Amino acid sequence: MISMQQVYVIFRKELRSELRTRYALNALFMFIITTLSIVLFSIGSEDVSPNVLSGVLWIVIFFSSMSGLSRTFVSEEERGTVMTLQLLTKSLNVFFGKLLFNFVLLCILNVIAVVLYIILINDFLVKNYLIFTVTLMLGTLGLASASTIIAAIISKANTKGTLYPVLSFPILLPLLLTVINATRLAVEGAFFTEAIGEFQVLVSYFVVIVTVSYLVFEYIWKE
Amino acid sequence: MPTISLHAQNLTKAFSHRNIFAKINFSIQQSQTLAITGRNGSGKSTLIKILAGVLSATSGSVKLSYDGEDVANEDMYRHIGLVSPYLQLYDEFTAAENLTFFRELRRIKNADIDGLLQRVGLFARRNDAVRTYSSGMKQRLKYVFALLHQPPILFLDEPTANLDTEGIRFVYDIIDEYKKGSIVIVASNVREETELCSEIINLNDHVL
Amino acid sequence: MFLKLLLGIWLTVVIIVAFAFPVVANPQAWYEYPIITGLEEKARILFFHVPMSWTTVVAFLVAMMYGIKYLKSKNIDDDIKSVASAGLGLLFCILATVTGSIWAKFNWGSFWNWDPRETSIFILLLIYGAYFALRSALEDESKRATLSAVYAIIAGVTVPFFIFVMPRIMASLHPEPIINTEGKVHMNATMLTVFISSLAGFTALYVWMLRMRIRLGRLEYHQLSQGA
Repeated sequence: MISMQQVYVIFRKELRSELRTRYALNALFMFIITTLSIVLFSIGSEDVSPNVLSGVLWIVIFFSSMSGLSRTFVSEEERGTVMTLQLLTKSLNVFFGKLLFNFVLLCILNVIAVVLYIILINDFLVKNYLIFTVTLMLGTLGLASASTIIAAIISKANTKGTLYPVLSFPILLPLLLTVINATRLAVEGAFFTEAIGEFQVLVSYFVVIVTVSYLVFEYIWKE
Repeated sequence: MPTISLHAQNLTKAFSHRNIFAKINFSIQQSQTLAITGRNGSGKSTLIKILAGVLSATSGSVKLSYDGEDVANEDMYRHIGLVSPYLQLYDEFTAAENLTFFRELRRIKNADIDGLLQRVGLFARRNDAVRTYSSGMKQRLKYVFALLHQPPILFLDEPTANLDTEGIRFVYDIIDEYKKGSIVIVASNVREETELCSEIINLNDHVL
Repeated sequence: MFLKLLLGIWLTVVIIVAFAFPVVANPQAWYEYPIITGLEEKARILFFHVPMSWTTVVAFLVAMMYGIKYLKSKNIDDDIKSVASAGLGLLFCILATVTGSIWAKFNWGSFWNWDPRETSIFILLLIYGAYFALRSALEDESKRATLSAVYAIIAGVTVPFFIFVMPRIMASLHPEPIINTEGKVHMNATMLTVFISSLAGFTALYVWMLRMRIRLGRLEYHQLSQGA
């Protein structure tokens, strides 16, 4: 069915291509910088509650991912290499290779975003780092998987750019709400066990999205 | 060489309620060659894509049989080599990188990448990005892509596009070579090419 | 023809009854509603808002079902049915959101509060919007049908998340926890009758409109294939 080796080969090609052209990395990085600057500017010297800051962090992450995670599928369409891949390997290998790539990309993005956020915003003090780290990891998994399957869909449409956040947002809302809540718990210093419910939701979200993607990707990819 | 056969049954393709072609029927097996001709826009490339399994027909079916067994649609790509103006390679990678990528995906251990590159005259430029290639060079590289795994079916859409005399001669050599034991399907309006084939379909006869 | 008339009369009666029957402290007569603490007159919204929300969810599930059917059959008729249902779902969703919002204003003072149910209907509205945005960005009809079916499926699997998950996270303002504290249907018999009738009426309305829209969709499609 899926070949780990081929998934890895696809992943490596994405990685190499990205390192060479740096389209997505640049977009993501510039987006984080600009949004963080705007946030910092708007906050000024005001006191902002940790609840609000938790939400804003994930807004930044969400929109940054919207600016960079569709590239992996859109570039194949724009360059006409979709048929090339169809002649080389099975559809699902392509999907999981690209999913892995998007996940790695998002990890890098999130680490940068979170580090900058914690350093630059004084009011954002995480009291329970364990909850925070697990939330970040599980949130990244869910965000990457949903973003990748939606990217596959919009790559086949005409107005890709604006369509991407429009399609992604409703799908991602349950994830975003859960992850913002868990971040809030981390900032408030709740016990780890209080966040278990949130983690369960995040894990099941990831499993559900990946399963659905596994079932429908072939319909998206093949013409 | 194992037996291979391709069967097209009542193939019809329509885009936006307009039929491109209708009710194409044929069967072809190893050592046979098929030419697909027709005016520009008659659907030659579309038919090639459908036969190669990368585009679905509006109705009808394509069946590939390898070594006596039916090949599932999702596995067809293993037995197919395709050269087409619609085929694109990865510009930012070198020819060698492109081919290594292809070889790893196709899981061919002993692909003679260097040998093929030499045969098409690209060995010297193998470490240059494909972005820097001329259209003739890209066309020749596409042949390496198609022949890497020595496929039992070869689809050639506009086989000599962008090629000089030497390139053209190379293509005719390949067709002659693959004729003996494989299936070669050529889509073209060039008389010399279509005359190399044993069967012919003219798409102008299949428009509704 | 007869059924159409029957439906019209049915719904008219439901609407009249919803507004006409008085709300009293101790309902004695069969035509009186009880006072539900905190709701009183505003409970009447129950007869409209809930059936609308119910219908929009049903419409979505139907759209998703026909989408799945299309993926298997590749028969464009299934896509016509899917879109027809989605369009109605969008309509009822807007109605549900608006009626809910009006009630929220009268009951809790503001038009929007982000309680789980409100958020859910809002997400559904976004899903419908996204669905139609996707469709308008695809010209090839089989690609349009395939991709909207796929999106409907993906959106469909996230629905359980916001129905069951979110009430955990957010405190709810919605009266259901207040009316059904034991999870059973506690409604007064009169109200229940009117409520069920309204539910049935709205569902029938949806089915009737769906059939018309499917017929219309088929005609449009037929016209397109002749014209080309």
